[in-house]
Amino acid sequence: MITGNFEYHQPGSVPEAVALLSDLGDEARVIAGGHSLIPTMKLRLAMPEHLIDLQGISELKNIAVSGSDVRIGAMTTQAELITSEQLLKAAPIIRETALQIADPQVRYMGTIGGNVANGDPGNDMPALMQCLDATFVLQGPDGERLVQAREFYEAAYFTARDDLEILTEVRFSACAGGFSYGKQKRKIGDYATAAAAVLLTKSADGSCTHASVALTNLADTPLYCADASALLQSKGVNDASIAEAVESAMEQIEPVDDNRGPAEFKRHAAAIILTRTIQEAWSRA
Amino acid sequence: MSKQTITLNVNGESLSAEAEPRELLIHVLREQLKITGPHIGCETSHCGACTVEMDGMSVKSCTMFAIQAQGKEITTIEGLGTPDKLHVLQESFKEHHGLQCGFCTPGMITRAHRLLEENPNPTEEDVRFGIAGNLCRCTGYQNIVKAVLAAADELNQPESVA
Repeated sequence: MITGNFEYHQPGSVPEAVALLSDLGDEARVIAGGHSLIPTMKLRLAMPEHLIDLQGISELKNIAVSGSDVRIGAMTTQAELITSEQLLKAAPIIRETALQIADPQVRYMGTIGGNVANGDPGNDMPALMQCLDATFVLQGPDGERLVQAREFYEAAYFTARDDLEILTEVRFSACAGGFSYGKQKRKIGDYATAAAAVLLTKSADGSCTHASVALTNLADTPLYCADASALLQSKGVNDASIAEAVESAMEQIEPVDDNRGPAEFKRHAAAIILTRTIQEAWSRA
Repeated sequence: MSKQTITLNVNGESLSAEAEPRELLIHVLREQLKITGPHIGCETSHCGACTVEMDGMSVKSCTMFAIQAQGKEITTIEGLGTPDKLHVLQESFKEHHGLQCGFCTPGMITRAHRLLEENPNPTEEDVRFGIAGNLCRCTGYQNIVKAVLAAADELNQPESVA
C-alpha cells in the first residue's frame, strides 16, 4: 500500500513547526509517531500534500516532574512513559495504561501527543487524561493556549485543536491514591471493547476524598463521568455505591455495533470492566 | 515529488538510496538496498514480519517512511548472524523448532534480540508479552517462546559470546 505523494518537512523547533503549518495551511499534516496517520494515509483516507515531522524537536521529548506538577512533551513515546521511574512515582496509572496500548513495536513509536490529539475514540490516553483532569498545551500562530482534556473532545476525530495548532504538552497533577486502568479487548494490540480509568483517594478513616472516573471507546469521544465520580466521593466506596456509580456511568455511554460486538454486549462488558476497575483502584487506595 | 537521498546505517554499513518521501522503510530496505530479511506481511502494522531494530527500538518498517529513518542505525536479521555463524537466537530457534515456514522468523528474532537486550532474564510471561507484536501462523508460539527462553539462558552463560 502506497500513500499519496507529499513533501516532507522536519522542523527543528516548535515555532518553526507552527510557522510551517501556518504557511502550508490545509494541505499539511503534523506527524508524531505516525502509527495512526501512516495507516490512514495508506488507505488514502488522508492525503496531505505536506508532512511536518515533529521527531527532530527535542524539546517535545521530555518528562518533567516538579513537586506535584507533571509535564510531558507531546513526542514522548509510550515506551518512554513506561520506563520513566519519576512518572511511575508521580502517576503510576500512566504506565498501567501505556502497557495496554498496542504492542511493543508500536509503543516505541507511538507518542502521548499523537494519542491524545488525533481524536480517535479508541485511543486510551484521552480518557486517562480526563480522569487526571489534565490540561493540553496548544501552540499556534497566535501563541499558546491551554485546553482542559475534559473540554477537548467534540466528536470522533474532532477536537478543540485548531488546524493551525500543534499539541505540544500535557500537564496534570501527580496522583498518590488508588488507581486502575481496566481494558477489555479482543487481543493484544486491539482497541478497547470497553475500558475505564479510575483514581480513588482513601482517607485514614476509610472515606473517599477524591474520585475520578472516565471511559474509553464507549461513545464517539472519551467520557468523563462526573456524576459517578461525585457519587463515589460523597457515598464512599462499597458494593452499593459502586453499583450506583456504574449505573450512572452507563447512562452516559453510547456504544455502537461494530466488529467488537453489538452495542448491548459492549454495555454488558463496560459495566463489568468499570466495576472491576473501581474495585481494583480502591484496593490499592 | 522528487526523490531524495536517504542514507541509513544498516548492519554497520552506510548505505544510500534515492527515494520519494512516501516510500516506506521496508520498501527501500528490500527493493533498493536488497536487504530482504525483513518481510512484508500485513503491511498494516499488525504482524511484525517487517520488524527491524532502529536506534535501540524495535520498529515496524512498514509503518515508517524511509526518509524518517534518515541517518539512523538499523539492524536487520542479516546483521545478527551469518549462515556460517548463527546468532544464539537463530541457533535456538533451529534447535527448538521455533519456526516452520519461516516467514515471521526474521521479525520474530530481531524483536527477541531487542527484548533480551532490555531484559536478559525474562520470564515466560515477559517473552509472550514482549513478542506480542509479532504474529506466527505456524507454530502456535510455544516453541518460539521456548527458543527465546533457551537463548536467554545460553546468553547468560559466562562463557557464551553473543
